[in-house]
Amino acid sequence: MTGRLDVRRVLLAVAAPVLAVAFAALVTSLVLLVAGDAPLPVFRAMLEYGGRPRSQALILNTATYYYLSALAVAIGFRMNLFNIGVEGQYRMAALVSAAFAGAVTLPPVLHVGLTMVVAVLVGAFWAGIAGLLKVTRGVSEVISTIMLNAIATAVIAFLLQPSRLAVSVQGSNNIGTRQIPASGRVPGLDLIPGAGVQVTGLILLSVACGVAYWLMLGRTRFGFDLRAAGASPGAAAASGVDFKKMTLAAMLLSGAVAGLVGMPQLLGASYTYSLDFPTSWGFTGIAIALLGRNHPVGIGIGALLWAFLDQSSQILQLQKVAPDIVAIMQGTIVLSVVIAYELVRRYRLVLEQRSVGRALADDQPPPVAAPSGAPA
Amino acid sequence: MSAATLAGPSAPKSVSRRRSALPRILLGLSGLLVLLAVVRAITGANDLTSSGTVNAAIGLAVPIGMAGLGGLWSERAGVVNIGLEGMLILGTFGAGWFGYQHGPWVGMLAGVLLGGLGGLLHAIATVLFGVDHIVSGVAINILGLGATRYLAAVVFSGVPGGGETQSPRIPAMPRVSLPGLDQPLLDLERKNWFLLSDLAGVLRGGLVNVSWLTVIAIVMLPLSYWILWRTSFGLRLRSCGENPWAAESLGVKVYRYKFTAVIVSGLLAGLGGSYLSIVASSIYRDGQTGGRGFIGLAAMIFGNWRPGGLASGAALFGFTDALQLRGSGESIHALLLLVALGMLVVAGWNLRRGRRVAALVSAVLGVLVLAWFLFTDTVPSELTGALPYVTTLVVLAVATQRLRMPASDGLPYRRRTAK
Repeated sequence: MTGRLDVRRVLLAVAAPVLAVAFAALVTSLVLLVAGDAPLPVFRAMLEYGGRPRSQALILNTATYYYLSALAVAIGFRMNLFNIGVEGQYRMAALVSAAFAGAVTLPPVLHVGLTMVVAVLVGAFWAGIAGLLKVTRGVSEVISTIMLNAIATAVIAFLLQPSRLAVSVQGSNNIGTRQIPASGRVPGLDLIPGAGVQVTGLILLSVACGVAYWLMLGRTRFGFDLRAAGASPGAAAASGVDFKKMTLAAMLLSGAVAGLVGMPQLLGASYTYSLDFPTSWGFTGIAIALLGRNHPVGIGIGALLWAFLDQSSQILQLQKVAPDIVAIMQGTIVLSVVIAYELVRRYRLVLEQRSVGRALADDQPPPVAAPSGAPA
Repeated sequence: MSAATLAGPSAPKSVSRRRSALPRILLGLSGLLVLLAVVRAITGANDLTSSGTVNAAIGLAVPIGMAGLGGLWSERAGVVNIGLEGMLILGTFGAGWFGYQHGPWVGMLAGVLLGGLGGLLHAIATVLFGVDHIVSGVAINILGLGATRYLAAVVFSGVPGGGETQSPRIPAMPRVSLPGLDQPLLDLERKNWFLLSDLAGVLRGGLVNVSWLTVIAIVMLPLSYWILWRTSFGLRLRSCGENPWAAESLGVKVYRYKFTAVIVSGLLAGLGGSYLSIVASSIYRDGQTGGRGFIGLAAMIFGNWRPGGLASGAALFGFTDALQLRGSGESIHALLLLVALGMLVVAGWNLRRGRRVAALVSAVLGVLVLAWFLFTDTVPSELTGALPYVTTLVVLAVATQRLRMPASDGLPYRRRTAK
């Protein structure tokens, strides 16, 4: 009986995300139909285009920074902190570290390493303001990080001036920081044959961060304290966890990872922070962290899915369909995944209650495994 | 995973203090006006209290205030609404879509309803399915943005005056003035007399040449206050935000109240969105909300989950935004003096209350800002944009934390699960 339940549990766990993606496809199809486009050719074109080697490489590149961004958000979530400020943190960090990397002369590996240290420090600093305000003054991190995002935009506009950190980019009216010399760049990898584009070398950084996150949460005292404090501040405090210290630490750590978000772009692609440095990755990170349920592997899948949808939408212009249809799909996926998980959780609860009820009716003690499923 | 993380002491204030709210508000407002007048007199930055600035400030405050009011309704019923930005966007699109075809009034209605649709979606997800409120809100922001961009490309491209990212022009909404005030107030304002001219400027900005949509939006504030705090409906709605299980045991249909509150929240955000496209820019344009939904949420927290407080928060954002947009570096510079004076007042008040550390911090900050004011002539134009946000942070950090959110805000609730 327990065996059957377990099989069912696995099925249920897989069912939720599959159902959600299918539901999102359904909603998207309806929207397309209403707008007068046939859904099937659209999906077929997206799948075909997204599956090309070149697209695969680009998807990995996009997923690299999405993953880091989502990881930064997830660290906060684990501690019940909502760090909306990843957006401002990664942009500040990218700007300052770009200026640093463009200004110094260092041997190759050290150059990259120090640039990343600067980025981590700046990200942690920007998040630390919110953390400090929270532990000392009780200011909600939601509001302070929203404010800090806006302030970061202004500070970046202030710093990115020709008289300050920026120089004008040749051949355009764009301005950016000084180009990072070859010693400070990270080479790409030829991961996917026939792609014609390289995969950013910093994909390894993303993977390393994911592993470190997993180790930290599951294998260290700090990670245990973090999860405990997030799950129940009162209980954690009773067992000797300093709640304020953990809050500040989680915020700093989240900001530190956020500082790395811009690195693949900066050290692997643009080599400068200019006016057109990409924005809004921080907000995407929130959605992906939610999609991946703060689990390192789940976030990875979420980041890949998101990047796939982004990339495959590029073909839609040719199909005379607005690529923004993908955003509808992404939003629906986020919402329907969580609804599906909730429904599955409720259904599972009913199943367990039923099995306990049956066992009691048979006048036997309930199976040992049944109550263990209670915390979903 | 909820945003419900406001620490700090939460002792409820005594009821007797609430009775004297109106005199206090009036006192605070006149104090602020005097302070502004003093600053204007010292610095000569006449734009600080000109009717143009006030008019622009009201205009900029309306969408933020409506988003904040939407947040207030929702959170008072215990549902965190981070999807306000998406609902604002839906409002701008609805107003643009119907506005250019059927005029501003139909456009407003469409914007409001489309915003309400976003609210309905949020209500279904959070109340019916028990989804985490933040997740649902984030999804609605993505959906609102994506859906409007997609639909805009479908609906507006090929239409004369429209494009993939913007609607054709929406006919203007009629404006209204209190009769007989325009010229006398303008004359008085031009005199630059201390306090009197400031008052005239503020009055003229608020009473002359105001869009009907602004009037409707402003009326929503006292109306919401009255409904939420002076009717039994409001009492029940708020009880759902404080303790839904207790409310349930008293026979309140909690789901129904939460649904109503979240839908109203979306309607109000839709109104704010309509304002943006009909009055502020007379077209729908992609990205015109510019994060105002989030700022509205901030204004609501700033205002301690109360209508008056959120109005002052929205006014603060609107005022500083207006000064910046009017391009008066002089006024922004003058505002530094205001901030410095304000900080010193806070420091004195803290000292009297016996809070030495807080007093010291605010005094040091005040002196620093004062030094900035004295040793510079203008504020770099790029930094002025940050002023409202820095002010909010400083105010939140310095003012002692007396914020108290609804007790069950953001918590999951299911019917018949009372503990």
